[in-house]
Amino acid sequence: MRSTANISWFADITLADRAIVGGKGGSLGELTRAGIAVPPGFVVTTRGFELVLAELEKQRQIRSRVEALTLHDLKGIRLLSEELRTRLKNAPLPPDVRSDIVAAHAELCGPDPRWPLAVRSSATAEDSEEASFAGLQDTYLWVKGTEAILEYVRSCWASLYSVPSISYRRKGGTSENGVAIAVVVQTMVDARSAGVMFTRSPLTGDRSVITIESTWGLGSAVVSGEVTPDRFVIGKITGQISVREISDKRRQDVTVESGGIKQIETPEELRRAPSISDGELKALAEIGCKVERHYGRPQDIEWAINHENEISLLQSRPETVWSDKDKAPVARPAQNPLEHVMNIFGGRR
Amino acid sequence: MNTTLKTRCFPLPSSLKVVPGTERAQAAYPYYMQFAREDDERFWFYNSMHFPEPMSVFDVTTAEAAYCALGAANTRVHSLPTTLGIDYRIINGRIYIGGNAVTDPAEIARRTKEFQQRAFYYYEHWEELFAQWKQKMLALIRSAEALPKLALPEFEPLEHVRAGRGIASNHYLLDIYQKTLEGYFRMWHHHFEFLLLGYGAYLTFFDFCKKAFPEISDQTVARMVAGMEAEIFRPDDELRRLAKRAIELGVDDLFRDGTAPGEIMQCLEQSESGRKWLEELSDAREPWFNINVGDGFYHYHRSWNDDLSMPFASLPGYIANVKAGERIERPIEKLMVERQQLIDNYRELLNSDEERAAYDQMIQLAHRVFPYVEGHKFYCEHWYTNLFFNKIREFGALLAEHGFFPNAEDIFHLTHYEVEAAIVDLMTSWSNGSPPRGPARWTPIVNERKTAIAEWARHETPPALGPVPDVIDDPAIVMLWGITRENLDSWLAAGEKPDSNEIKGFAASSGVVDGIARVVMTVDEIDRLRRGDILVCHVTNPSWAPVFQKIAAAVSDIGGSMSHAAIVAREYGLPAVVGTGTATQKIKDGQRIRVDGGRGVVTILQ
Repeated sequence: MRSTANISWFADITLADRAIVGGKGGSLGELTRAGIAVPPGFVVTTRGFELVLAELEKQRQIRSRVEALTLHDLKGIRLLSEELRTRLKNAPLPPDVRSDIVAAHAELCGPDPRWPLAVRSSATAEDSEEASFAGLQDTYLWVKGTEAILEYVRSCWASLYSVPSISYRRKGGTSENGVAIAVVVQTMVDARSAGVMFTRSPLTGDRSVITIESTWGLGSAVVSGEVTPDRFVIGKITGQISVREISDKRRQDVTVESGGIKQIETPEELRRAPSISDGELKALAEIGCKVERHYGRPQDIEWAINHENEISLLQSRPETVWSDKDKAPVARPAQNPLEHVMNIFGGRR
Repeated sequence: MNTTLKTRCFPLPSSLKVVPGTERAQAAYPYYMQFAREDDERFWFYNSMHFPEPMSVFDVTTAEAAYCALGAANTRVHSLPTTLGIDYRIINGRIYIGGNAVTDPAEIARRTKEFQQRAFYYYEHWEELFAQWKQKMLALIRSAEALPKLALPEFEPLEHVRAGRGIASNHYLLDIYQKTLEGYFRMWHHHFEFLLLGYGAYLTFFDFCKKAFPEISDQTVARMVAGMEAEIFRPDDELRRLAKRAIELGVDDLFRDGTAPGEIMQCLEQSESGRKWLEELSDAREPWFNINVGDGFYHYHRSWNDDLSMPFASLPGYIANVKAGERIERPIEKLMVERQQLIDNYRELLNSDEERAAYDQMIQLAHRVFPYVEGHKFYCEHWYTNLFFNKIREFGALLAEHGFFPNAEDIFHLTHYEVEAAIVDLMTSWSNGSPPRGPARWTPIVNERKTAIAEWARHETPPALGPVPDVIDDPAIVMLWGITRENLDSWLAAGEKPDSNEIKGFAASSGVVDGIARVVMTVDEIDRLRRGDILVCHVTNPSWAPVFQKIAAAVSDIGGSMSHAAIVAREYGLPAVVGTGTATQKIKDGQRIRVDGGRGVVTILQ
């Protein structure tokens, strides 16, 4: 199990490698190395993408044409997107890239060549602190077999030039030269329950609580907003579950035996039942604290629990909304500590 | 001005009627406590925290003395910038109070200047002033204890004559009575000497925590501040120790549920080890059994010393716990370590060293002042108050002996002015040999007032009266009664939606429990509680601590996160919801309820 220029196993990756493994790949590597349970996998580095893109640039320029687009030129964006996606999907893989992926895939699958995997885009500027490209590029779930992997790697590359992706970058005025895409290939958790976790309150910014949202089945239903998840708030220090909102989870995403996922009706008896146990909430919260300590700042985490009730993390990125608001201190030390009581007695409230 | 807010109003005082047939009993309260027309313009709330039951005309002395002292401390001694004292009125035996806020910015600024040289001095010299306070308070207790027994001998003792004392015994009745009353009014000044400043320092830290950690629970902040060794915990500690000693001395099997204390003590007298236990009991009783089974504001809140059935009722449970191998002493070191860990962990979560420095300053001040906030109650509301009511009871016995009314306890249906009049009546009669006038006068009046109290207790009274203020920024009201604009809104809402089966309050101690509700309105009903019941009460106080060993959860109408129900529940690890406002009205005795102490919600299940 050795990393090459074209593929990097999670255990060999740190956040510092984000330029070649993307934000998501960097975070999964960082988590793995921190001893957090992450489904095993590797990243197809940006090298393969860059090689293919360079070949295609020779035929007809790509990056400069994207950068020349204006945000309001919807038709131009759509036409260029269609062209680039088609070209990227059909471009042949360089032989060494192909063989490295095939070998890594075989190693990840072990004895079962149709071991179900997730293929996830990991853009290089994605999930950086400056810009969040989250959700703009494609993810393929419950993917089985080498051919499917090879196809979806190229689909992920192509998704860097989807209409929303291009539009988002044009809006931010991002330089195309810094933008590339790596692809995460990892064992997929057939989730009994899944969701997201914030290591601070998304509502109030409170850093002493963890908010966990959870639903039955795969987390895709929560991320896409199709299901109102159960919601819990847990004190980091007290361990106390202070909020416990159990919602009606009508639908859930599940895996399909032949490959891919589908949405089904949640069985009646599970709809209003909590999708996660108190013990799991506490275990998850502990993991959240560990990750936050590792990064030194609040995190926004995706997690899943399989049918054997094992927890793993699928993603962790820095929380961005409240961290900008942390600048002004709640109070400053006073020369005379007694001055603080004037907040109560002085009518300053 | 927001019209929807403006139109929100509780019933006006003038619309609240005296219960028919009790008009004369109502008129017996002093004129300065009666509602007047102009009171309609002000906001009042029912002080059910301190006075949850209709007050007899004598017991309102507690309100008079307390508010005289509270107001003086705020207005004149420390000069709180934004508030003066508390006004009080009584109707149907229920005491309503209203704050006097200072709103003029120039006046606030003037008072702030004063405050900073007065209150700051107290904070700066807190430890020495508090040490001095304890000495003052103990001296006051000793002088109350030293008041002579009442005596009206047929002839003045010969030694008085030979000593040339000159002053006859009847005069000492008046002297002792006036000293008793004076001492009670004086005690309340001691009570309020530090109280608001103490709460203020605590609230300063509380306020910071709520801003830094908007979702932190009140109880968590309370746990960071609470001390462990305040005198108020001692009575219960002593009881636990006595339970352990009973086992060590091999006399534990004498303590059985339902056996009267007298009977148990008689059996203990029979053996050497029993007598040893009784010796230890009597050591513990002074002073630690000078604790009330109530909050000390009513004459019938008797102390453990006056009635041993409360402490004795708890002993079998404690003995069983020790035998089951439970550690019965409060694990003080462990609790202190946990407290420090909590403080450190939250500190670590703060955003910057600047914030941490401010946090350190505030928690340090809170820790310095809190021993007073926790500790004063034992001396004031318990020990001293017991002495006071028992001395008045002596006067009651003397007056009853002379036929003024049938029972010593009847004296509590005279105002303190009327008691003085009756004493002068008796003094006169003793001096001139004529029969006193009182016996013909007082018995029917006492009966009428007793009937009125019983009648008033059957009527609910509105939680508040008059227009709802836009904001409640009176720190005294917020600190002592936990009343906020949000509370008032929920009280108004409760009046509008009486059918909801959910009751909200303060989350005081976390955990979720289902059980049978025991609605305990007075302390006399405590023995109805069975193991596993959920206590539903108006307000609890430290002497109720022993019942917490057998209940599954606690719910109270009144109280914040630092109330005794909350503190004790946390120590016992029981779910508790306090400050619900209406739990005792909405929950019927025997109903199944669910207490969610983490969310502060009580649900009526059936």
